[in-house]
Amino acid sequence: MTTFNNDTYAPSQETTEGRVYAVTGGDWDSLVTEIGQTKEERVVVNMGPQHPSTHGVLRLVLELEGETITEARAGIGYLHTGIEKNCEYRTWTQGVTYVTRMDYLAPIFNETAYCLSLERLLGITDQIPERASEIRVLMMELNRISSHMVALGTGALELGALSPMIFAFREREMVLDIFELISGLRMNMAYIRPGGVAQDLPKGATAEIRETVKKLRHNFKDNEKLLVGNTIWMKRTQNIGYLDLAGCTTLGVTGPVLRSTGLPWDLRKTQPYCGYENYEFDVITNDCCDVYGRFLIRMAELEQSLRIIEQACDKLDRSEGQPVMVEDKKIAWPSQLSIGSDGQGNSLEHIREIMGESMEALIHHFKIVTEGFRVPAGQAYVPIESPRGEVGVHLVSDGGTRPYRVHFREPSFNNLQATAAMSEGGMIADIIGAIASIDPVMGGVDR
Amino acid sequence: MVVDRGELTLHIKTARLVEVARKLRDTPSLRFEMCMGVSGVHYPEDTGREFHAVYPLLSITHNRRIRLEVSVPETNPHIPSLVEVWGGNNWHERETFDMFGIIFDGHPGLTRILMPDDWPGHPQRKDYPLGGIPIEYKGATVPAPSERRSYR
Repeated sequence: MTTFNNDTYAPSQETTEGRVYAVTGGDWDSLVTEIGQTKEERVVVNMGPQHPSTHGVLRLVLELEGETITEARAGIGYLHTGIEKNCEYRTWTQGVTYVTRMDYLAPIFNETAYCLSLERLLGITDQIPERASEIRVLMMELNRISSHMVALGTGALELGALSPMIFAFREREMVLDIFELISGLRMNMAYIRPGGVAQDLPKGATAEIRETVKKLRHNFKDNEKLLVGNTIWMKRTQNIGYLDLAGCTTLGVTGPVLRSTGLPWDLRKTQPYCGYENYEFDVITNDCCDVYGRFLIRMAELEQSLRIIEQACDKLDRSEGQPVMVEDKKIAWPSQLSIGSDGQGNSLEHIREIMGESMEALIHHFKIVTEGFRVPAGQAYVPIESPRGEVGVHLVSDGGTRPYRVHFREPSFNNLQATAAMSEGGMIADIIGAIASIDPVMGGVDR
Repeated sequence: MVVDRGELTLHIKTARLVEVARKLRDTPSLRFEMCMGVSGVHYPEDTGREFHAVYPLLSITHNRRIRLEVSVPETNPHIPSLVEVWGGNNWHERETFDMFGIIFDGHPGLTRILMPDDWPGHPQRKDYPLGGIPIEYKGATVPAPSERRSYR
């Protein structure tokens, strides 16, 4: 670390490992001239963690020979927030608010997986009202669309196609509006709660959703026209990021990447939860094993999600007025939210009851909100199919009101390991496409 | 062997882990092709077997799930690595090492993965406080979250 080159755009310094350049853009020629003076053929490029094409704060350490990648290693942890540790210091119900922030593009899936796992620990899986499960399915499929839209939009953006991103985010916005209508929030809703959901659908929600489904179905064609069969897009994605079935199983890769090898493995079909066995939909597969195949799978899954949403809307119309929270008062959240003159808060009826009518109701409310409920000791692992693959929640309870251990088996974290297998031996430009096709969300990877 | 809430857990001897894992993967009637990672749990009161490592396994062929569990003492936290059986366990074992300090023998490169390389301690251990370090900002120091309010 002695000599410094004073080039504004490419300062360099000597280290024990050799000369290190920091490229900050600008005059590329001066860097090329300087690198040209060294005899070393092998160049190690440190890409990220702040790089527009790495899908978040992901750091890639690439060993290059010319433009060919000989070794690729992913460095993660830049977004580690200790959510799993934090959960141990909060009640079981408060955990929902934490886990929703892990994979921030698929918050509903984190919440549902957490709640299903908690409900198995409590032994109340059979008591969850049907309407609550229907709302969960509806929300999950809406979320799958919004998540796939980001995957497709940013994936295309990173490969240099700007227009698909504009369309994809337009569609995502419509889904987020529905989320706002139902839960009051667009992201990180903490809407799925242990025992059910936070509140029932507002009046006229299903009609609104049906309208949006119509629009989405029409709009999805725009992206299809732009990319499916597009020669440039196919040249950038076909036979890129190859990973076959054997590679997927040994690396534990699930989700669209696994289905692009031809294996119809979708937990919604193979190990149904939340009543998915009562919905008609297809598991999309193809045997491309490449970036293009995964792209096609995500495109086709959008239509399947719309089908499920329509069926869920029909079911919800039939179950209008039924409860959305488990009956057991020892677990169910005591109050309901409503909109008053001063914004959203506890419903006035509930406040009247606890403040004016029933001392016991006030004590009950206070105990369950501050202390929480006790969960029988034991452990559970419940996996569900998130847009990126199997998200599994391992919960351990010691019988107390707080989790003893919360562990998320995040599909992004696991699948990102496949980066090396997908991109070594390929060109440096193709690693971007390969990573985009894994669709990692760093919030989920680092937790 | 424990069956609880519809889930089967096999508690096995740490030394036999790799052998059992291979049998579970390769026997045609078992065929657990996928290991869904490893989750550590710290039980400080469980003297002599403070650290538990939990492996959820999945068989795609038979559409089944089971769970393997091994335990090791805090004084000698060594577990054989399963990376050679299921390559996808690589990062999961690094994470468990990072968070609990469990050493996976035979792992190709057991380094920290989420915390910085020079981080002292293993955050998910029960004796590691939440937020462990005081926050310094513009000369003022805010105590660590675990010391601010009673969370316990």
